Amino acid sequence: MPPKSATKSTPANPLFSLWKAYNESTVDRLKFIDSFLVFLMLSGIIQFVYCILVTNFPFNAFLAGFGSTVGQFVLTASLRSQVNPENKSEFKDVSPERRAFADFALGSIVLHFFVYNFLG
Amino acid sequence: MSRAYPLPSNLSKETVTNTASLLRIIALALISGAAIASRLFAVINFESVIHEFDPWFNFRASKVLAAKGFYEFWNWFDPTAWYPLGRVVGGTVYPGLMATSGVIYNLLHALNLPVDVRNVCVLLAPGFSALTAWATYMFTKEMKDESAGLLAAAFIGIVPGYISRSVAGSYDNEAIAIFLLMFTFYCWIKALKQGSAMFGTVAAVFYFYMVAAWGGYVFITNMIPLHALVLMLMGRFSSRLYVAYSSWYAIGTLASMQVPFVGFQPVTTSEHMAALGVFGLLQIVAFSQLVRSHISSQQFKALLYFAVIGTGILGATAFIVLTYKGWIAPWTGRFYSLWDTGYAKKYIPIIASVSEHQPTAWPSFFMDLQFLVFVFPAGVALCFRQLRDEHLFVIIYAVMSSYFAGVMVRLMLTLTPVVCVASAVALSTLLDTYIDPREPEASNEKKSESETAPPSTNGTSTPEVAPAPVPTSTKKGKKATIAAAAQPEPTPASVIEEVAAAISPLPIAPKKSSSPQTKSRGIWGLDPRLTVIFNTLAMLSFFVFHCTWVTANAYSSPSIVLASANQDGSQHIIDDFREAYYWLRQNTPETSVIMSWWDYGYQIAGMADRPTLVDNNTWNNTHIATVGKAMASSEEAAYPILRKHDVDYVLVIFGGLIGYSGDDINKFLWMVRIAQGVWPEEIQEPNYFTQHGEYRVDAQASPAMKNSLMYKMSYYRYPELFGGDDGSDRVRQQKIPKGAVTLDILDEAFTSENWIVRIYEVRKEDNLGRDHKSANAFAQGKKRKRSKPQVRRRAIAVG
Repeated sequence: MPPKSATKSTPANPLFSLWKAYNESTVDRLKFIDSFLVFLMLSGIIQFVYCILVTNFPFNAFLAGFGSTVGQFVLTASLRSQVNPENKSEFKDVSPERRAFADFALGSIVLHFFVYNFLG
Repeated sequence: MSRAYPLPSNLSKETVTNTASLLRIIALALISGAAIASRLFAVINFESVIHEFDPWFNFRASKVLAAKGFYEFWNWFDPTAWYPLGRVVGGTVYPGLMATSGVIYNLLHALNLPVDVRNVCVLLAPGFSALTAWATYMFTKEMKDESAGLLAAAFIGIVPGYISRSVAGSYDNEAIAIFLLMFTFYCWIKALKQGSAMFGTVAAVFYFYMVAAWGGYVFITNMIPLHALVLMLMGRFSSRLYVAYSSWYAIGTLASMQVPFVGFQPVTTSEHMAALGVFGLLQIVAFSQLVRSHISSQQFKALLYFAVIGTGILGATAFIVLTYKGWIAPWTGRFYSLWDTGYAKKYIPIIASVSEHQPTAWPSFFMDLQFLVFVFPAGVALCFRQLRDEHLFVIIYAVMSSYFAGVMVRLMLTLTPVVCVASAVALSTLLDTYIDPREPEASNEKKSESETAPPSTNGTSTPEVAPAPVPTSTKKGKKATIAAAAQPEPTPASVIEEVAAAISPLPIAPKKSSSPQTKSRGIWGLDPRLTVIFNTLAMLSFFVFHCTWVTANAYSSPSIVLASANQDGSQHIIDDFREAYYWLRQNTPETSVIMSWWDYGYQIAGMADRPTLVDNNTWNNTHIATVGKAMASSEEAAYPILRKHDVDYVLVIFGGLIGYSGDDINKFLWMVRIAQGVWPEEIQEPNYFTQHGEYRVDAQASPAMKNSLMYKMSYYRYPELFGGDDGSDRVRQQKIPKGAVTLDILDEAFTSENWIVRIYEVRKEDNLGRDHKSANAFAQGKKRKRSKPQVRRRAIAVG
């Protein structure tokens, strides 16, 4: 993910305060989601590095695997912003508990259907 | 609060809602009926057949799908198309249309309704046009309200710009594509409004369906990112945008790659890079928003410059580098010619040769859209007034598609939906304003600011709602009869307008001016209201008449039968195409290869069921140029080409006898140009003009023209029809000199009744090894000199 690597190049002071603020103000549920996001990011990075360094030979398999991590990442990030209490005013039609999670589940199922179909 | 006309006060809120929804359902049903019925002219006037050229291939593929099942169709290799090469159909076709009609076919058979697959194919487009009307209703509902939605549905149900591509029998990809386009856009707007991943997923699934159905899916792929980008640039980024776009892009891109014809294009070609770029940008912006919420603005600024701007520039340069290094394919010619309008004519004549790829003239805008083309800019301007996120979408869509429709006639089709939507918004705003019974306060009565505020802004409160619906119910009866009689579209919609206008707040709320003399805007009295409403209704009904007239007269003629009127007004059908194709089907061996210009490839394969050299799927330019070269060169040069490709029959279309202008002589220059692109030494376009640069077929025609195979095939034995005089060509209005045309390498095999289709059989090599010219000369007895004395001698011997 480019933003994270780019933020590391900046002086440590804002980064440190960012980390502190994040740790203090984020609820546990969101932290749980964030850990999943980090895992997905790592998985995607590993696949991408493998593709660049070794081979991209079954290109559809690479696209399916990488696409699944990216897709799952953005779907989870969407869930995160929907259940984030700060965004309550933005999502009037999407209740965090039921609708957001159902959306997330539906999106993931459809995504993985296409992923498995594309793995070949 | 004064009113222009009295409103009843004894109706409950439920009655109003129920009546309104009942009217909506009736209106939508009538609109669907009108949309289907107005597309049936061709079926009723002629017969239930597939029109045009491309639909014949779709029909043939659907027959395979219906007969052999989906897997066979998916892996179908067609050895009869592109004769020596063959065509992998499963990988070179958008299978959405065939799959749709296959599903419908199987469904009907499962219900014990044994409908022929041809009828499913013929009536697919009218059926889907009803769905398009519904999708447009849903889309416009998101823009304004239900009343505008009904107007838009009525417009798109009958507007000729869309009917032209979706009459019954026009079994082309566009038949289902416009429905999918509108529904994908509706889902996108809904996803954006609600910030719901579910609607994003549904948008992605329908995007997938669209990708499977039509090559124009690239329009969606670039419209949605453009909308998202503009939203971000306007500072309207929200988490809803992130959720909607990310879920659409992640699922939609992966889904679109499942279509074999699309393959890896979404990650390797320039057409799709805008979507990827906006996706990346959106991630960066979303992440920066998250960071912003956690730290102070001072620190955020420090981070912002390096992170956001840095990565943005990095990403953009990465794209440019990748494109220049060739990792990402540049724009294909078809899309590039939309930007550089002279490109196709210069470099890819085969794209420029299609008549649909020409720029649009003004009259065709008026012809296809009638008064909507005037109201359309007003609707776009009205979108600026509120400028919610979804209004931006309509504005962008309007601008982009107006440009594209101006560049290419064919893209009028993508313009039509947004014209209907924007005009419906404009007209419904007009009707809202003029049907609303509230009158403004008189300006000379000076009142305080609080009093001049419109009393009914809380229109949903009971005392306001209660008076609403009785005039609607009285007018409803009157208008419903009109609706049933002539124009179902505008009137039910305007009834809804009244309900909507009565229960919703005034669209143009009286403004409080800062001057002491308060001016409230609005309309006094009944007469201006009636004038404007009557005017609008008149425009709407003229629109209905215009649409019906255009549909009946311009867009409902099958191109495989030509109709002409006799002196007494009765219809005379010229059915030469099918006559000739059926001759081929019944009188030639099944393996005989037919050579014709590529326009007729699909029809020959579909109706004559014979292998063809080239067809309408112009994927191999060289092969088409080969055919062009054979047609454009002399007999001696053409014969080896014919023999090398195992050609048995050559088919030309000739309209000189009855004045059918779309014949092969008029297309001949494109054959020459396409052949010249591949063999510039052998075929040169200037050779086919006279010395004065004219394109002539009469005695002054250039030698290259007179010797070309196409000329000879078209005019072979033609002057004989005129009793030995010079034959006159009714298309070119020129005289064909008699005795000018001899054919050595071909035998005339069949000529249809009106000489439209002429089929020639290719001669085998001469048995004695002579070249065809001398063999033919010998057979015709040109060298009589030596035999003449023999006859006399024999006569003497007998005598």
